[in-house]
Amino acid sequence: MIIQKNAVAGTLESSDAMIMVEPAEAGEGIDFELDSVVIHQFGNQIRRVTFQTLERLGVKDVHIRVIDKGALDCTLKARIECAVYRSAEISDGLPWGGAIQ
Amino acid sequence: MINAVGRNIPDEILEKTGKEVFQGNNYLEGVEFHKRGPIVKPVLDHNMSKMVGSIREALEKCGAHDGMTLGFHHHFREGDLVVNMVMKEVHDMGFKDVTICASSLGKAHDALLPYIEDGTITGIESSGVRGKIGEAISTGKLKGLAIMRSHGGRVRAIQTGDTTIDISFIGAPTCDDYGNCKGIGGKSDCGVLSYSFVDGNHANKVVAVTDCLVPFPNYPADVSMTKVDYVCVVDNIGIPEKIATGAAKPTTDVRKLLMADYCTQVVINTPYFKEGFSYQTGVGGASIASAASLAKIMEERGIKMGFAVGGMSKGMVDMLDRGQVGKLLDTQDFDLFAVNSVKRPNHHRISAGAYANPFNKGSFVNKLDYVVLATLEVDVHFNCNVVVGSDGRITGAQGGHPDAAQGAKCTIVICPLLQGRIPAVCTEVTTVTTPGESIDVVVTDYGVAVNPARPDLLEALKEADCVPLKTIEELRDIAYSIVGEPEKVQVGDRIVGIIEARDGTIMDVVHEIKEFSFEEDLKQEEIMETIGDYCEQA
Repeated sequence: MIIQKNAVAGTLESSDAMIMVEPAEAGEGIDFELDSVVIHQFGNQIRRVTFQTLERLGVKDVHIRVIDKGALDCTLKARIECAVYRSAEISDGLPWGGAIQ
Repeated sequence: MINAVGRNIPDEILEKTGKEVFQGNNYLEGVEFHKRGPIVKPVLDHNMSKMVGSIREALEKCGAHDGMTLGFHHHFREGDLVVNMVMKEVHDMGFKDVTICASSLGKAHDALLPYIEDGTITGIESSGVRGKIGEAISTGKLKGLAIMRSHGGRVRAIQTGDTTIDISFIGAPTCDDYGNCKGIGGKSDCGVLSYSFVDGNHANKVVAVTDCLVPFPNYPADVSMTKVDYVCVVDNIGIPEKIATGAAKPTTDVRKLLMADYCTQVVINTPYFKEGFSYQTGVGGASIASAASLAKIMEERGIKMGFAVGGMSKGMVDMLDRGQVGKLLDTQDFDLFAVNSVKRPNHHRISAGAYANPFNKGSFVNKLDYVVLATLEVDVHFNCNVVVGSDGRITGAQGGHPDAAQGAKCTIVICPLLQGRIPAVCTEVTTVTTPGESIDVVVTDYGVAVNPARPDLLEALKEADCVPLKTIEELRDIAYSIVGEPEKVQVGDRIVGIIEARDGTIMDVVHEIKEFSFEEDLKQEEIMETIGDYCEQA
């Protein structure tokens, strides 16, 4: 999946996260930035979940910024998925959990 | 050296402080010591005045010097103006290497940050710190070691001479020209001056700072003229609305109400709940709600409380009103109801020493049946942490937590299982402040765990079938199943603070915090270092 344009999902409420994705050049890879209230305890876990989710969605090149307010893994996955779908300007027939072909 | 709660206390810290590692709650039972007395400069001449015109004059007359230790109390809580006022003068006079030995410090003292940075303040001894001072200690800005000790521990440290206070500044809501101080009255009314009694008895110089000078004699006094060197009148010693707040609104948070209910069930179904029982509680939402529901059950069953001790608030005052408690033994007032109640019979002002000093010939906490305490974290060994945040930053206070926890026959700790993504029940607390041997029951919104060291309590609660009983490991597993297992916080090498046990041994150490690095980056760094080593060898 290719990130077509900038997109945002999520909020800055407690236990949520805000995800921002921006297009990147092909071959640039995943440029990950994290700002989290629980970075000391869950920083690596959040990174893992982000990379796994992007891989599952088939996103290879992206600038992604996660502003986390203590979101659980399921919330992070859902917000990342939503941001990626929005960046592809698709809102109908979403293949929840998978890549848009 | 590993101590009794499994914490490694480095030898350099033991050498530097001359302290031993914590070896269990009653390790020093039976040890004798000589109580240190203060240096006294008598007042014989009846023409001698104790009045001074300014804090600066007080400092000059008291022989302020580099490296001195200053004493303060925290009865004005977040409305305190005395510490900042005195430290500004100390700074302006150019003194260095000053240690503050306060009963506690909070966000009201953020203004001290520049004095820590410029070396005016190099030592802090307190029940805890919050705000910018906590941040300054955690980031290694304080030159010396911060010592965090409980309210009882502070009294012990001063009486044994572990800490010598050169000058103590006692903020006094009312005071006369000869130094009789009271917590009652004036515009900065805080009710009691419990934490200052030990300063009065043991500090080499004592300065009463007041914003309400009253006619002699201001009696009965909390700190008597016989112990006070100078009296200084200033415009304001506190901000009244921040000293004593209105009554805390009863909580409507269902999670807290559930924990309050479990807590009450634990109390009424354990064997100490009978006529004349004793009790201490805090001012958290769940604690207040639990005290209220307990009062109702006491009324139904015709059971009265013998005494309540510690910090006081509306809930306890109401119980005294209704004749449900015999005596209130007060060390701190959290709201206006408590402040106003102090003047009544059966509401007694007691010293922090009488409350909790482990080196007394007995203190009130030893006579407690129940204490209900909050905690930031509790681990599967029942060790509690109330001082250091889960991210490694110092941001809390021991207060009387370790004191009451050890003293009471049944110590109940209340905490929600999860605070956002942070599990409150965990495998190892970030820092141990209260040892697991002091904790009997842990109440969470997901169930109640009893310390295996107390099969009697477990049996009583099983029989009553009143709360969902879990093991502490089960509670931790539930927490981890929801949020994941937290990583150990990455810390710097330098030790910036120690958690002192009640008896003066070392419970734990606090490391300097460090910016977070991802595993991948750490690995990368390691590889780069290895390459660097090879290059050097080549």
